Amino acid sequence: MIPELGSAAAIVALALALWGAAAAAAGAGTGRPALVLSAQHAALGVFVLVTACFALLSYAFLAFDFSVRYVAINTNLGTPFYYRITGVWGALEGSIILWTWLLALYTLVVILRHRESARELYPWVLAVMLSVMAFFLLVITVAAPPFARLTPAPADGRGLNPLLEDTGMITHPVALYLGFTGVTVPFAFALAALITGRVGDAWITLTRRWTIVAWYFLSLGLLIGGWWSYHVLGWGGYWAWDPVENAAFMPWLTATAFLHSVMVQERRRMLKLWNLALVILTFGLTLFGTFLTRSGVIASVHAFTQGTIGAFFLGFLALVLLTALGLLAWRWDALGAQGELDSVVSRESAFLLNNVLLVAAAFTVFFGTVFPLLAEAVRGVKVSVGAPFFNQVNVPLFLALIFLMGVGPLIAWRRASPDNLRRNFLWPVAAGVAAAAFFWALGVRSALAVLTLTLTVFVAATIAVDFSRATRARLRTGERLLPAMGGLLRRHNRRYGGFVVHLGVLLVTLGVTGSQAWSVQTETTLRRGEHAELAGYRVRFDGLSASEESNHFKVAGAFTVSNGRVLGVLRPAKKFYPQEQSPIAGVDYRLGLREDVYLVLGDFARDGSHATVKLQVNRLVSWIWIGGVVLTLGAGLAILPERKKPA
Amino acid sequence: MTRKAKFVAGGAVIAAALGYMIYAGVTQSAVYFVTPSELVAAPVVGKAYRLGGMVEAGSLRWEPRALDLSFTLGDGKATVPVRHKGTPPDLFGEGRGAVVEGSWTADGYFRASLILAKHSEEYKAPHDGDGTKYQELMRTLKGAER
Repeated sequence: MIPELGSAAAIVALALALWGAAAAAAGAGTGRPALVLSAQHAALGVFVLVTACFALLSYAFLAFDFSVRYVAINTNLGTPFYYRITGVWGALEGSIILWTWLLALYTLVVILRHRESARELYPWVLAVMLSVMAFFLLVITVAAPPFARLTPAPADGRGLNPLLEDTGMITHPVALYLGFTGVTVPFAFALAALITGRVGDAWITLTRRWTIVAWYFLSLGLLIGGWWSYHVLGWGGYWAWDPVENAAFMPWLTATAFLHSVMVQERRRMLKLWNLALVILTFGLTLFGTFLTRSGVIASVHAFTQGTIGAFFLGFLALVLLTALGLLAWRWDALGAQGELDSVVSRESAFLLNNVLLVAAAFTVFFGTVFPLLAEAVRGVKVSVGAPFFNQVNVPLFLALIFLMGVGPLIAWRRASPDNLRRNFLWPVAAGVAAAAFFWALGVRSALAVLTLTLTVFVAATIAVDFSRATRARLRTGERLLPAMGGLLRRHNRRYGGFVVHLGVLLVTLGVTGSQAWSVQTETTLRRGEHAELAGYRVRFDGLSASEESNHFKVAGAFTVSNGRVLGVLRPAKKFYPQEQSPIAGVDYRLGLREDVYLVLGDFARDGSHATVKLQVNRLVSWIWIGGVVLTLGAGLAILPERKKPA
Repeated sequence: MTRKAKFVAGGAVIAAALGYMIYAGVTQSAVYFVTPSELVAAPVVGKAYRLGGMVEAGSLRWEPRALDLSFTLGDGKATVPVRHKGTPPDLFGEGRGAVVEGSWTADGYFRASLILAKHSEEYKAPHDGDGTKYQELMRTLKGAER
């Protein structure tokens, strides 16, 4: 009964979304407010119904209703309570429901915020958002029905993919989907601007904070994904250029480009066409990512499987792109720039270059990800490119982007005079040179590491120069230091939020550089009582223990870690799940600001006489997570409503 | 040179550099997916391959102290001896599919730098053994990642 209710709710929601989209469009065309009002009610109805779907599916999980195929596959009687909840979005069908629900939520917020403030664009925004919603509801009802029955109902389910039994899995998909769906809002405004012909700056101004919200959640999702990879997957890394990761990274890159290029349009009335194209591209990439990872065209560690859903997404993507291109062509004449570039040495061109590099990075990630498909189609060979390709091509692009991160915010608009350059960049360049000498003297001999650290210090110094100058200006008006700094952050929250984000990116860069350049690892088989040594650490194997957990059987090794004094006992494990063909690694680690000690249990003798262990000392990885926190704080600061300056 | 020409020239330089980087990246890191019979037919020493096949029964040797792993991968038509330094991954075993990444050596064996394995994510009743057919395995293992 419950599952049928869920299916019915999805069908009614689909009908409502279709009606709402049509009514909103008709209301915009005819100027009849009653139709728009009706669309608003439809959107509210969709939200209630999708919420019901979500609640009913959650109920099926909590009640162990194994007659529902999706529940039977993704949970079993031993699944702990938390993971019965997160299991709801642990695989394809449920994750589409989560996506749709978040989209419905955003639609409600758009209605609440913009029904008065954006009268001309609003009906079309509503129409676009409800159309996207209708697509997802179509997927739910036709391609990936979460409430499909399984007959006969098994006595017990298969269980959640054990890799997803992790707290990170509660937050990672939610954050990522909030980012993906969040992109729908600026996209809807962009389409509305094109349809109404109001391609000026109104849509940019209205969606400015929306874009930061979407970007904030995308970043958060990527970071949590990296953390999950690091502490669950057990290979000691946080990023593998896996197609699923790339699928989320591409829209992040283009969204980052968009965040920067809107500033140029606001300030200099340029890049209208570019901004529209970027936001359309970003939205298209969120769909493409879903197509890529959910269609099975490219195999990946954590890609769920297939069915007809790939065709749905590809079809919708084609529809979106064709519509958008058609609209762009239709409004072509209105999209010319009012401002123009005055000089190559200016903030505009720094931002332009930043955009070109970000889009280039997105393109290389795209190219590498679909390369196997291209090669097979064109040359008939099965060939792929792995992490070395992505690293090799992207590292120069990212280094250039870090450099621009220092230049862009400080260089003058229009045309930077030599005096402007000297005033802003003398100290940062000096700091960078000093840093290079310092790291060289310290014995860092990797040219890449020295260059990256130098650029990092340069950018940090530009931020310091700007902030201290602004603070001093406020101090001159008689404010005290802390209130002056606080006021600066609050009053110019967008600018300084951006700076804090940049600082976060620098810390992430530091972590990536350190872990790539200085991490060491070894693999060895130890008899009980024997020890291995690596980078000043001594790891002694003390034996194995076995335990039965609620839904799996666990074999853990005990390894005493010391570096002169005993630091503690690490217990990397192998977890045997009955539904899995092979055990899952349970890594154990000791995190530190300077380095992490990271142990993975390999093969072992059943009598506990010996065990193979992979021992890694990963340098500076913690700074990636610290940088991530700083970055999200900065984005949070930038999202706050701007305060008007006192007259 | 006008400003516009400068920007166009700059754009062209960036595009050319990007194109070159992608081209160089692909040629240096392309990994070819082959089956044992394809590899045996035309082995190129030093070229990067991703070799997929079944671990032949009775071929698996594992020396935990030396971390030496050796086995034979076959596809029913040809077999390839493989050696690897390191622990066998979780899914690994005789009669199961495996994908190894590495290169063909002049000494007549395949040196694997990485052994990849992938779960089938299709629904399976608990404890239903390993009755998976070769074709099915090949399908799920193709392009398997770490």
